[in-house]
Amino acid sequence: MAIFLTKDSRVLVQGMTGAEGTRHTARMLAAGTDIVAGVTPGKGGRCVDFGEREVPVFGSVAEAVSETGADVSVIFVPPRFTAAAVEEAVQAEVPLCVVITEGVPVHDAVRFRALANGRTRIIGPNCPGLISPGQSSAGIIPADITSAGRIGLVSKSGTLTYQLMYELRDLGFSTAVGIGGDPVIGTTHIDCLRAFQDDPGTDAIVMIGEIGGDAEERAAAYIAANVTKPVVAYVAGFTAPEGKTMGHAGAIVSGSSGTAQAKKEALEAVGVRVGRTPSETARLMRSVLSRAAT
Amino acid sequence: MDLYEYQAKELFGRHGIPVPAGRTAATPAEAREIAAGLGAPVVIKAQVKTGGRGKAGGIRPAAGPVAAEAEADRVIGMDIKGHIARRVLVEAATVPFEEYYAAFLVDRAEGGFLAMVSSQGGMEIEELAATDPDALVKLPIDPVTGVDADTAKLLAAKAGLPEQAAPVLEKLWRVLVAEDALLVEVNPLICTTDQRIVALDGKVTLDDNAAFRHGWDDYGERTDSLEDRARAKGLNYVKLDGTVGVIGNGAGLVMSTLDVVAGAGAGPANFLDIGGGASAQVMADGLEIILADPDVRSVLVNVFGGITACDAVANGIVTALELLGERGHRRPIVVRLDGNNAEVGRRILSDARHPAVRQVATMDGAAEMAARLAAGA
Repeated sequence: MAIFLTKDSRVLVQGMTGAEGTRHTARMLAAGTDIVAGVTPGKGGRCVDFGEREVPVFGSVAEAVSETGADVSVIFVPPRFTAAAVEEAVQAEVPLCVVITEGVPVHDAVRFRALANGRTRIIGPNCPGLISPGQSSAGIIPADITSAGRIGLVSKSGTLTYQLMYELRDLGFSTAVGIGGDPVIGTTHIDCLRAFQDDPGTDAIVMIGEIGGDAEERAAAYIAANVTKPVVAYVAGFTAPEGKTMGHAGAIVSGSSGTAQAKKEALEAVGVRVGRTPSETARLMRSVLSRAAT
Repeated sequence: MDLYEYQAKELFGRHGIPVPAGRTAATPAEAREIAAGLGAPVVIKAQVKTGGRGKAGGIRPAAGPVAAEAEADRVIGMDIKGHIARRVLVEAATVPFEEYYAAFLVDRAEGGFLAMVSSQGGMEIEELAATDPDALVKLPIDPVTGVDADTAKLLAAKAGLPEQAAPVLEKLWRVLVAEDALLVEVNPLICTTDQRIVALDGKVTLDDNAAFRHGWDDYGERTDSLEDRARAKGLNYVKLDGTVGVIGNGAGLVMSTLDVVAGAGAGPANFLDIGGGASAQVMADGLEIILADPDVRSVLVNVFGGITACDAVANGIVTALELLGERGHRRPIVVRLDGNNAEVGRRILSDARHPAVRQVATMDGAAEMAARLAAGA
């Protein structure tokens, strides 16, 4: 089992004919993803040959959905066209829309989030997407650094996701979700915690956070009230100075709020063990799982 | 990107929000000239992107041009919480009858927009929220319908602001939307003795991601700092005050690397994210910026090879060091490669036999070595 994305997911790629779209579509296919369609306005009617499969290109998401039954969209279009692309997917009632694009204006994210409300789950923007190893990949997470297993992972950061997936590759993952580091995102830590708690294929959860906002504090409160599966966490950015954006648009300590220390304390207060380094976090997960097994 | 008060007020003026007459001065003589032109008592206000200017003595009244020159002389060059006031805003003094607070902002937690309005303005909003939370009216704003005249009237009434404040609130919302701002804040928004509503201060944070919709180059301040040099090369760099230079791929991994370096007992000298690709040219640009920092005593390159496997990253580092030539020899460079093809990558690096490079397989171990080398051990 997995969350949000399984071997039965039928994936379409918006922006598939662009350089990034083509490159990552080939990678997703290699990871076992059932890619059923590409969408590029004005380029409908042709096919792109990926060797193992020819993927038809449609001029609109609505057309692609009605022709192929696609139920996941992955978006690789440039920032200025991203809002329109998401709105198109929402209007075509695609249940899951994964926005890889970095640099989407926050106002656009607020608007498409409001538009999608209850109809489409949006993951991102500015995220690596999600992967259910051995089943399907929607986004850019490398498929060959880990294996299928029973750990769920949710993270604001792409490379820290990869680091943890790699360190725990022998145990493997049900699903790893990169929710993105922007100030406003479609799917939160809490959404993923809820789904992992409900997923019979997930035994334990790794949660990766970073400075900025209070999503980790909210997640801690949610864990205390709703999550019975073991959770270990990692938080990045203890040494970040106040008022500086650290790479991710949302990674900023404002005054005394959004600090890594506050997030760590909130998580530890509800019994979540927080690693000091990514490697220590991986070790904590191992000990949690071996304790659960005995 | 945060704007200076004078830039925020220029934006307000363009959107029809009343602000006091005034201009910026970089020298005391200019301040005198502006004050003479305004022909009334003025206020000299330090232009720094931080709060607490008043308490620090960065806001000073002046009765006329001569006093304006003297006060500007005091304020220009003043250090307010590490921010140097290079300019002052010389403004016609405007006496408040009442002081309010008004802001529209992106609410991260809810993923929406929020209005915050209070009839108790003038003090720091965090202080108001702590001492008198009921006096601060918070209203979520529908991103699709926004703030119309009726919503603005409701906001003003709820917060206890006079009716004539409503149109100003509506315009303030327009600033947020039209300028792609993450925050527009007026504190204080005042009512004068003759019942006019005026924005006496202004704080605006623009969304860097929306620059393509706007002509924001005007706001860029060009300096020769390492941060600006890095930005010109498209690098994501933040200067810190330690001695271990840090390069990595991915914002989260780099933040994590800084923490691990600090945990090993050394201070990181910078944040530098070269992104997922980690090409030779970007690596060379990154190393060049870091080695240009005189505080740096050792360098830690921390790369996880995912989409770009470690052999490609290692070739990138070798080429980058060739591009740097002699400059790459002066300080030790600790490299940690992990992920796809890590062993091949490590072999490429060790075969290159660069005198400054040493490799450690784990992130924690690499941070410890970089910290030790920075300490001169």
